[in-house]
Order: sequence, then structure tokens, then C-alpha cells
Amino acid sequence: MKFSTLVAGLSLGWLSALQAAEVNVYSARQQELIKPLLDKFTASSGVKVNLITGKPDELLTRIRQEGRNSPADVLISTDVGRLYRAKQQGLLQPVESTLLTSQIPAQYRDPAKLWFGLTMRARPILYVPGKVDPAELSTIENLADAKWRGRICIRSSDNVYNQSMVAGMIATIGADATAKWAADFAKNFAQPPKGGDRDQVKAAAAGVCDIAIANTYYLAAMLEDPADKAAASSVKVFWPNQQDRGAHVNISGAAVLKHAPNQAQAKQLLEYMVGAEAQQWYATANHEYPVLASVPVSPVLQGFGPFKADTLSLDKLGELNQQALMLMDQAGWK
Amino acid sequence: MSGSSRRTASLYLLLCLILLLPQLVIFASWLSPNLAIWQHLTSTVLSTYLLNSLLLAGGTGLLSLLLGGSLAYLVARYQFYGRQWLSWALMLPLAMPAYIIAYSYAGLLDVAGPLQSALRELTGWRYQDYWFPPIRSLGGAIVVLSLVLYPYVYLLARQAFSSQNPAWQEAAQSLGGRHYLWRVALPLARPALLGGVALVMMEAFADYGTVAYFGVPVLTTGIFRVWFGMGALDAAAQLSALLCSLVVGLVLLEVWQRRQQRFFDRSSGSRRMPLQRLSRRRSLLVCCYLSLVLTLGFLLPAGALTVWAISASDSWQQLAFADLLTNSLLLATASAGLVVLVALVLVYGLRQRPGHLLHAVLHHLLRISSFGYAVPGTVIAIGVLWPFSQLEQAVDVLAEQWFGVRTGLFFTGTVLALLFAYLIRFLAVAVQPLEAALGQIPPSMDQAARSLGCNGWQVWWRVHRPLLTGPVCIAALLVFVDVLKELPATLLLRPFNFDTLAVRTFELASDEQLAAAAAPALIIVLAGILPLIWLNHTVQRSGHAGH
Repeated sequence: MKFSTLVAGLSLGWLSALQAAEVNVYSARQQELIKPLLDKFTASSGVKVNLITGKPDELLTRIRQEGRNSPADVLISTDVGRLYRAKQQGLLQPVESTLLTSQIPAQYRDPAKLWFGLTMRARPILYVPGKVDPAELSTIENLADAKWRGRICIRSSDNVYNQSMVAGMIATIGADATAKWAADFAKNFAQPPKGGDRDQVKAAAAGVCDIAIANTYYLAAMLEDPADKAAASSVKVFWPNQQDRGAHVNISGAAVLKHAPNQAQAKQLLEYMVGAEAQQWYATANHEYPVLASVPVSPVLQGFGPFKADTLSLDKLGELNQQALMLMDQAGWK
Repeated sequence: MSGSSRRTASLYLLLCLILLLPQLVIFASWLSPNLAIWQHLTSTVLSTYLLNSLLLAGGTGLLSLLLGGSLAYLVARYQFYGRQWLSWALMLPLAMPAYIIAYSYAGLLDVAGPLQSALRELTGWRYQDYWFPPIRSLGGAIVVLSLVLYPYVYLLARQAFSSQNPAWQEAAQSLGGRHYLWRVALPLARPALLGGVALVMMEAFADYGTVAYFGVPVLTTGIFRVWFGMGALDAAAQLSALLCSLVVGLVLLEVWQRRQQRFFDRSSGSRRMPLQRLSRRRSLLVCCYLSLVLTLGFLLPAGALTVWAISASDSWQQLAFADLLTNSLLLATASAGLVVLVALVLVYGLRQRPGHLLHAVLHHLLRISSFGYAVPGTVIAIGVLWPFSQLEQAVDVLAEQWFGVRTGLFFTGTVLALLFAYLIRFLAVAVQPLEAALGQIPPSMDQAARSLGCNGWQVWWRVHRPLLTGPVCIAALLVFVDVLKELPATLLLRPFNFDTLAVRTFELASDEQLAAAAAPALIIVLAGILPLIWLNHTVQRSGHAGH
């Protein structure tokens, strides 16, 4: 190869490296649940997306350790507690975008514009018709009643959805009332907590318990999975706390990191994610409730019926997470 | 002390420091203990965590010892139906990641699984009308872990049993001793057996996937509960240090016990132990026992995975199998080479007689530098990430000030960080077999070779190398398969757009898509089997060549 061609080739490569727009994403959503959307973004914008997936707190720790060297532009989280933690640790930077603030309802984004909610997942009560009369059901608090002794399936308190749910209760009914509730509620478990959300539904279907607590997202996925369809069809959704604060919801969201090297592309990606195409994908492919009110939910979710969601400030959930966990330790909720 | 030996000692000291860096980071967390969280833990769940961790490691160690030890003895001593292929097939569970076998057994044996559903349908019973062993329990975790971890004991013990000198048996018999197994074979194989058990127990202590899935609260699940749930990384690191100290204590106890006995084979000619023939009935019995273990540890879960993988065949195209496989194989091969090399350097350091104080200190440092195996991969990863990203930031600041360029993540942003984490995590896996093998070579053999005019290097090449070929292969294979299965450190440290089979398996399984996770899981297993077959050939060849 001639020297001049080598030089030309090298400088071309250097130029294209300069010009190629990129955005680096650290995602707590696993690949399956984010990559297709990122591919669509690349196709429509020409911006290449580099992706690392992982557990939320591990990603946060990595970003914190990397410090000023961190290549991360966008953090995608599956629950609001971690976005709150990122904010507390000073890892985020605000995003000025009228599109984001106009599209996302105020309770689903950070007042300081540090993080933005993208979708919601709700945590209703699932009951086995025939064994439970829906008229007996009312609130999550009511599940601590002695009449439910040995009839409830719920997963371990290791799980963030349970932590958020209890944190939400501490915020509304207070720590003492929640502690008393948790102690009684834990006595009503049909078995020591084990497995994931799907396992609770399966256990209810197998007759272990009459009530299971699980996310809508998992129940909908089971209804579409031939192996789990029968189990999922044997339970029905009941929306708790409709007369007071509303059913517990958690949101998945995204934020731009403080040391982001590609801020413009990061903003572009966030704006893409609240666009109709992306919101539609979340709703149909993944059975999540879109934050964009104009996008319809999936037919399966429609079958669960409309509900009133808890409008508690989501920051509170993050703030009270540790207290919630300690409270569940004391209640003997494994 | 001579200059050259001082130089060697300081090089060893440096190596130890590098190897201990991540653990030091973890222990350093105790400099400012998170008292609020410790108070909470000690008053609520800490005793449960400790007790369950000890029971889990102890139970798994014992069951693996019973399984691995008995299988190794039968294979090394007797001729029976199917011995030829059972002897290597019994290593197959090694290729099965513990969390995968946990998923398979939970899927099969749970209340909602096919077995209990069929039982209920057949008998008309309802839940709680009958008793069924609960798979998601401490006992279930012990059984499941033992089924995939016993090969550590089996591999090391088989090597030890089959290299025992037949003259000892003859001597034992001529002295009228009937209990060759208890009085001679077992005591002689003790270092190998306990070495294997030590590995099993460390792995059980560090396990997270199985216990988390089965809902058994142990120290590792506690670490993550404190970190993720309470957002207290410092308290999580302090818990990890506690876990690590537990293991250090256990292993030092074992080493101390082992020091009471030292034995070298001083016989000149060595023959291979002839296999004893068994009666038809006993032969069949032994064959059944081995097949049963193989079925439970491998065939059954692999079969379940295959069925699930086929049922979810429409999800295959979304998985970039070729990329995943290439990444996994490259990482596993590179780290197997690296880890075995460092382990060799280490065990030769341990072989030096501790005379001088520096040597004695060094000896203990070398001993504890392989304890990363008992620490969950995630914790190791944090221990690697912290010091190196500090270094990177310092370099970055200086480079920007002096040269106006940014150096960025030149280490932690690449696979190098990952390889280093594997080295810390899996060093023990290579050290155990190499140390056991090197311990079988008496110093008198070195002296004899030297008296015949060999220099140090020639002694190694002509005496040690042929005797170490088998153990080196075993060590390399164990590391290879372990890295192939490794999840937590990979998940945390991998660079952009870089996934492995284990990562994809975990992601699908964590989203509760067990059927879709089966295909990549099965490929991990298959990729681990091929080198197992190769190993078996190499070890057998070298075994023959050595005699």
C-alpha cells in the first residue's frame, strides 16, 4: 500500500470517527426490552447507539466510579427509585426540552428536569374467582386482615416493586401504620416468598393461594405465552385503593448523565422515546402503560380495565426505599 | 538471604499486592463502618444470613464430598459396566451453571411444575393434601448446588486415587489390613479431597443466583439486599468482608490441619493400579449409581432445557448466537491461559520452604491471594473498578493538563478489566489442582535431578513439566468452564456492545422468560462439554505417559 493512500485512509477514518454521531446508553432495561427501540432510533436519526445493560445499582456504581471519564450519556431505569438515587448522588444533568415537559404529565417527571418517566407498570391484586369474592377486596391495607391467613402469594421483599409499594404506603399512611400492616400481612402468606412475579400467579393457579400480587406487565406477558396462558387465565385483576389514593404504579424512565460526552444526541434520544412511535412500541410489544396519554394501551391491558393510579410524588418512593426495606426485615417478610 | 532470592521475594510481594487489591478495597470499607445499618442487621436478619450461609456451604461441601469421593474411588479402583464413558461423563455437570440447573429443577418440581400438576391430576389431590419435598428451600439449594459442584471433588480425587501406588495396597494387605480404603486410600487422597471440598464450599458461599431464585436468605443475598434495597454500598462491602473472613478462617484451618501430615511416595518404580473386577451384580449396581448421579446432575436438566429451547424456537433469531459464542469463548480461553500462568507462579512460590521471616509472610500472603473465589463476582468487580477508575481519572487529568488529550477509560472500559476480575475470582480453581500435584513431587526428586547436573530450569522441564501436564490441563479446563458460566462480574464490567452467553441467559431469565433463556443456556453447556472431552483424553494420555 502506498504511503499516501494509507494517510488518506487514516485521516478519512479519523474524520468519519469525528462525524459519526453516537450516543452511549447504560440501560437497566435488559437488551430484549430496549434494543429494538434503539435500533429504530438509529434507523430514523442516523445516530449510532452503544449499549451496556445491567442491574440498576451496578450501573449507577459504575457511572459513579468512572467519574469524569464516564462515557455514559443516557441512563435508562426500570424503576423510579434508582432515578432518585442517581439524582441524589449528583450523577444527572437537567435537560431543557419543551417537548419532554409538554408530553410527559408533571407527576411522571422530575421537577428539576433531571429525569423523565417513559412508561408505567401497575401492581394490582390478582384473585382466583370462585375462591375470592371481589366484593371482599378493597385496599392493599385490607390484605392484612386475619381472614386472609395463609391465602396470599407475594414475592420476596428483595424485589424493588415490593419495596416501592411499601415505600408508597409509608408516605401515605405513615411508618407506624405500615409497620403494623406489614407484620400482619406477612402472617397471611401462604408460603415463604420465593420466585418471581410469574411464579406467584402460577402458585395461585395451582391452588397454593387465593390471592397473588404481581405486576400487570408480567401477567400480560403470561397471557401471551402458550406455556403460561392457562395459569394466567385463572386469575382476575382487582384494582385496589380506588376509593382513596389509587393503585400503586412504578415508572420506568430515563435521564442524561452529568458527564455525558454526547449531550445533543442524548436529548434527541429522550425526545424520541416520548414520541408516538416509541410509546406505541412500549405499549404493544411490552404491555406497559405509556406516559403519552394519546397512545392507546395494548388490548390485553385494556382487558384489565381502567384504574385510578396513585399520584404520590415518585421522588418519595426513592427517598423511603431504605426505610421500607428495614420495615419489611422487621416484619419477617423474607 | 541472597540477592536473587530477595529479588524473587519482592516480585512475589508485588504480585500478591496486585492480586489482593480488590479484596483490600473491600476490607477497607470497614474503616468507616455504617453503624446504622449494622445495628439494623444484627437486630434482625444477620444471624439468619450467617447460619444459612454456613449450612449451605457445609451441606454442599459434605454432599459433594460424598458424591465426588465415592464416584472417584469407584472409577479409579473398579472395572464395571460403562466405566469407560461414565468416567468422563461424570464431569459433565461442571458445564452446567448452578443458576441454570436451579431454574430447570424449580421448573420441574415446583407446585405448578409438570410433575406435581400431573400428580394432582392423577390422584385428584389438592395442594396440601400431600407432601412433596420443597425444591425452593435451603435443602433444595444444597442438593442442586452439590449436583453441579461435586465434579470438583471427583476430578481431583480421581487423579489422586488412580495415581496411588499399588505397592501400598499390597503392603496394607500383607500386614493383614482389610480396610485399605479407610486406612490408606482416603488418608492419602485427603489433600485432593479437601482441596475439592474447599472449592465447592467457596463456590457455595459465593453463590447468588441459586439462593436468590430459591428465596433462601444467606450472606450473599444480604449483600445485595443492603446494596440495592438500602442503597448502602459501604455496608454491602462490609458484609462481603465478613463473608471473606469466614472463608479465610475455614481454609486456614484446613491448611493447618494438612500441615500435620506430609507424605511423599518414595518408591522407585511406579505401576498403575490394576482395576479390580466386580461381580456382575455389583458391576450393575455401581453402573446404576453412577448413571443416577449423571442423570440428576446433567441429563435431566439438559433434557428440560432442550425441550424449553425447542418450545421457544421463535425467539432464536433475536439472539446473535455467533457473536455471543465468540465473545464467551475468547474470554474463557484468554482467562484460562492467564489464570493458569499466574497460578503456576503462585504455587512455586508456595513450594519455597518458609525459613526467613519475609518468606513466612509471603507464604501467607500467597495463600490468601486466591480467596477471591469465595467472594461474589459482583463484589470482586467493584473491587476492581474502584482502584482502576481512580487511576484512570488521575491519568486523565494529568494528560489533559500536560498534553491536552483525554485518556478516558483505557482499562476499565476494555475487556482487560474483565480478565483481571476473572483472574482474582478464579485463581483458586487453578491453584488447588496445581498445588495438590506439586505436593506429590518430593523435594528429593529435585535434589536427585540437580545432583545429576540439571539446573533449575532443566529440573522444571524434565521432571516437573511431565508430571504437571495433567493438572495444568485440569486447572485450565476448570477456569475455562467457570468463565464460560461467569455472570456477575461480566455483567458489571463488560464494555459497550459486548455480551456473552451467560449475560443473555441471565437477562432473559431475570425477565422471567425461562423458555427463551433455555437456548443460550444450552449453548453454554455444549461449549463447556467439548473441552471436557479434550481434557479427558489429555489427562488419560498424560497419565499413561507418566507411567
